[in-house]
Amino acid sequence: MNYLEVLRAAAPETALAITVLMVLAVDLIALRGESVARRFATGAMVAIVGCLMAAMFTFTHYGPTDPLHGLLIVDPLTNFLKLVLLVLTIFTVLISVSGKFTEHVGEYLSLVLLGTMGLMLLVSAEDLLMIFISLELASLSLYILTAFNKRNARSSEAALKYFLFGGMSAAFLLFGFSLLYGLSGSTNLPEIALALKGRGLDPLLLVAIVTTVIGFGFKVAAVPFHLWAPDAYEGAPTPSAAFIASGSKVASFYILAKILALGFAGAAGSAVWHGYVSGWTPVIAVVAALSMVLGNLTAIVQSSVKRLLSYSAIAHAGYMLLGVLANTPSSRSVLLFYVITYALTVLGAFGVVTVVEEATGGNALANFAGLGRRAPGLSLCLLVFLLSLAGIPPLAGFIGKFFVFSAVVGTDAEHLGLLWLVILAILMSAVSFYYYLRVLKQAYVLDAAENAPAIKVPPVTMFVLVLLALLVVLLGCVPGLLTRSL
Amino acid sequence: MLAWTIYISFIGVLVLMLLPREAAWAARIIALLTAIAGCVVAFAGSVQQPNPGEVTTIVKVPWIPALGASYYLAADGISLVLVVLTGLAAVAGILFSWNIEKRTKEFFAFYLALIGGVYGVFLSFDVLLLFVFYELTIIPKYFLIARWGSTRKEYGAMKLALYSFVGSHLVLIGLIAAWVVARAQTGHATLDLMELSRVSFPLGFQHWVFPLVFVGFGILAGLWPFHTWAPTGHVAAPTAGSMLLAGVVMKLGAYGCLRVAMMLFPEGVRMWQGEIAALAVIGIIYGAGVALVQRDFKFVIGYSSVSHMGFVLLGLATLNTIGLSGAVLQMFSHGIIAGLLFAVVGRMVYDRTHTRDFNDLQTMQLGKLLPFAGVTFVLAGMASMGMPGFSGFVAELQVLMGAWKVFPVAAILAGIGIVVGVAYILRAVQKAFYSDATPAKSGHDHPLEPISAPERVGAVMLIAASLVIGLFPGLLLNWIQPCLNSPLFERLLKGGAL
Repeated sequence: MNYLEVLRAAAPETALAITVLMVLAVDLIALRGESVARRFATGAMVAIVGCLMAAMFTFTHYGPTDPLHGLLIVDPLTNFLKLVLLVLTIFTVLISVSGKFTEHVGEYLSLVLLGTMGLMLLVSAEDLLMIFISLELASLSLYILTAFNKRNARSSEAALKYFLFGGMSAAFLLFGFSLLYGLSGSTNLPEIALALKGRGLDPLLLVAIVTTVIGFGFKVAAVPFHLWAPDAYEGAPTPSAAFIASGSKVASFYILAKILALGFAGAAGSAVWHGYVSGWTPVIAVVAALSMVLGNLTAIVQSSVKRLLSYSAIAHAGYMLLGVLANTPSSRSVLLFYVITYALTVLGAFGVVTVVEEATGGNALANFAGLGRRAPGLSLCLLVFLLSLAGIPPLAGFIGKFFVFSAVVGTDAEHLGLLWLVILAILMSAVSFYYYLRVLKQAYVLDAAENAPAIKVPPVTMFVLVLLALLVVLLGCVPGLLTRSL
Repeated sequence: MLAWTIYISFIGVLVLMLLPREAAWAARIIALLTAIAGCVVAFAGSVQQPNPGEVTTIVKVPWIPALGASYYLAADGISLVLVVLTGLAAVAGILFSWNIEKRTKEFFAFYLALIGGVYGVFLSFDVLLLFVFYELTIIPKYFLIARWGSTRKEYGAMKLALYSFVGSHLVLIGLIAAWVVARAQTGHATLDLMELSRVSFPLGFQHWVFPLVFVGFGILAGLWPFHTWAPTGHVAAPTAGSMLLAGVVMKLGAYGCLRVAMMLFPEGVRMWQGEIAALAVIGIIYGAGVALVQRDFKFVIGYSSVSHMGFVLLGLATLNTIGLSGAVLQMFSHGIIAGLLFAVVGRMVYDRTHTRDFNDLQTMQLGKLLPFAGVTFVLAGMASMGMPGFSGFVAELQVLMGAWKVFPVAAILAGIGIVVGVAYILRAVQKAFYSDATPAKSGHDHPLEPISAPERVGAVMLIAASLVIGLFPGLLLNWIQPCLNSPLFERLLKGGAL
């Protein structure tokens, strides 16, 4: 083992780790006694420079290498995903800059960076141990980020709930992983697949499949493991919620698809109508169907926009699980397209909520009344984000849905056996249009209270939101820009 | 060149968005100029089209290679008819919304976005692109009604938006399934309408997928029993909104039925032909019957739209050249006439009297107060009831002739629908304008504002269009019929071998 080689492969993560220390140091030493806004601006600058450095390293190291036997795989795809994660992190940091939810600037920023680092390592991992460790690094950061608003009791409650559920899911995951190790004698995914090949569906393997799906089901907030999500999203400071919904989704779904497709390669089974074969696809199919139905139907009755977005996130987790389920050579890029565009969109939507929350003191539907007048640019961005989530063409969300649905149906072109899932998904997506439209109705149809002042949007946030909205439109009109790299 | 109808409309939207909030007049002028420019391009482009019988490509560039989708705009005679209709309706709608004072620039921005989407649907020959434009029209529709509408506007707007969205999602299911089957059969992914229409989908597949797609589009065409959005939506919408809804948006649905559902699944149509005809006839009679007993003036027109769109669907179900050409002609004719009727009711009457209740209107003697409105309504009513000389006559006659060959009973029943149509128009004319009820003690101290110049221009334009087509139907039939005789329609009309 050549340590220099390892260091080069881990250059982006290393850069990020150094940045974490620098952010903490700068905040602790240089900025003592300064105003929160000033500290936030400086800290964010350092953090962003660090992210950019890390992003640069993802460009310089392209060759596929595997110096640690599956612990740290570097290839063009993982590099690209790390780039995406870094970009999402930069946007999250920029949205938080104007926030007033904390005075612990250094700690906040370094936890965001640590979370990103965990997610980046997760993307590179092909080994059960590494997957577990990096997932925990990311999750622990996210638990703390959820609790960061110390003045709000709901923030701590949300974090506790998130932590308890998360800890339990980690236990499930570990249990499943240990069974896998016992069955195959290895922690490396391809080796596990090799060892399991031809063994048929061992009852132990089934338990391993189910516990793994349960573990990840908690992480991606799929029904019936979703109970923490609405409270966590609502209680967490909005930028933290945005990070949970965007960056962590991208990495979790990528790794879930990898474990299932690579590690459980021989145990796929089938969820085809009248052609059921047990394996991991039927499990995923059930979880996906439940998520789509419950997420969408529950979102209808929400009166808080943050809760509404969290139930919509559950529903979208269902659509993404369909992408996992498709499991054809081309379906991975389809899934990633969906997840990445969703991350960009939802980050933008939470960004808008952040601004509205700061300006009006709440995130209830009524707080959005007359937004079209009070902040025309902001509400135009909101329009783009929500319509993309609803799947209105030509926005990215629609193209993503079309990709995923056609990939799922295409896996059994002969009998269209998975069409039942897609029909369910499409009908549920028609339902979702209603609740997104409810928010937009507040913004564009109803009037704000008399003499409600115009909302001042911090320029940095506005810049980020416009950029995100443009990306959502652009990726919808020219999806080739993204699919080329996946 | 025709592609510019789309681009011009969206450029208009951008310009309007950049205008300062107070510039109401500038917004009106810009919107009108944009619509006129679009209309002129539509006319010029259509006339220049060398051979309306075949599909002339306007632009075709790859869009999403993985799906086989391309940015493919093209036109054949049927598209031309509807593009010209859209141009006329767009200009007329703006003339009749000259009096919008509340948030003028936003109103016209949404209006032009809707128009741009409609042009796009009529010119798309890639199924995904068509779908994109089709869904693009939902959002402006919603906001136009919810923001600027009247009676129960938020309910009507939401109902329309949800019906449209559910309909388009039914279509989406069908499209994805068709895409997968076509890819399995031909070995490469395509969403090109022409290529897909050459694929022979298995019979069992067509049997379930055709009704899905047809109903999905048919919802927007007012197909009974999915028509219930239409009366509430029309009534809730502002004048220009109902003009566009009846004038062009319902045509989007009918066009989708013809262009996508029927072209892709010709065997499916044959399996369901009778059912479609039955629903169409029920729609004709039901719409006319309900229109006969309404108290609200606008509901009369709203239900009459359901009835007249029934003729389009009946024409489509005949599957013979004359029936189909009647259906396309009826799309044009109804677009013009319904637009005019809504203009009279919404703009000329309601905006002035603030009531649409026949009991109130009876006492107002509007025939004397607003003679222009009265005459316009009588002319439009005559066109609507199918008086020879107006476009409605030629269109409905062709539909009936086509239907007579296949479904004689349906033709007779539809004929009864026409008679009821005469009755409800006459009832409306009499109650609204020429009632001899004694004038109530006048509650109106201020005289009604006279009919303005833009209204006169718009009304004359639409009446003229209906008359010209009524007297010289060949103008449009020369575009429609070569199309129906082209190889593209061969499988559909002649029952070509699978």
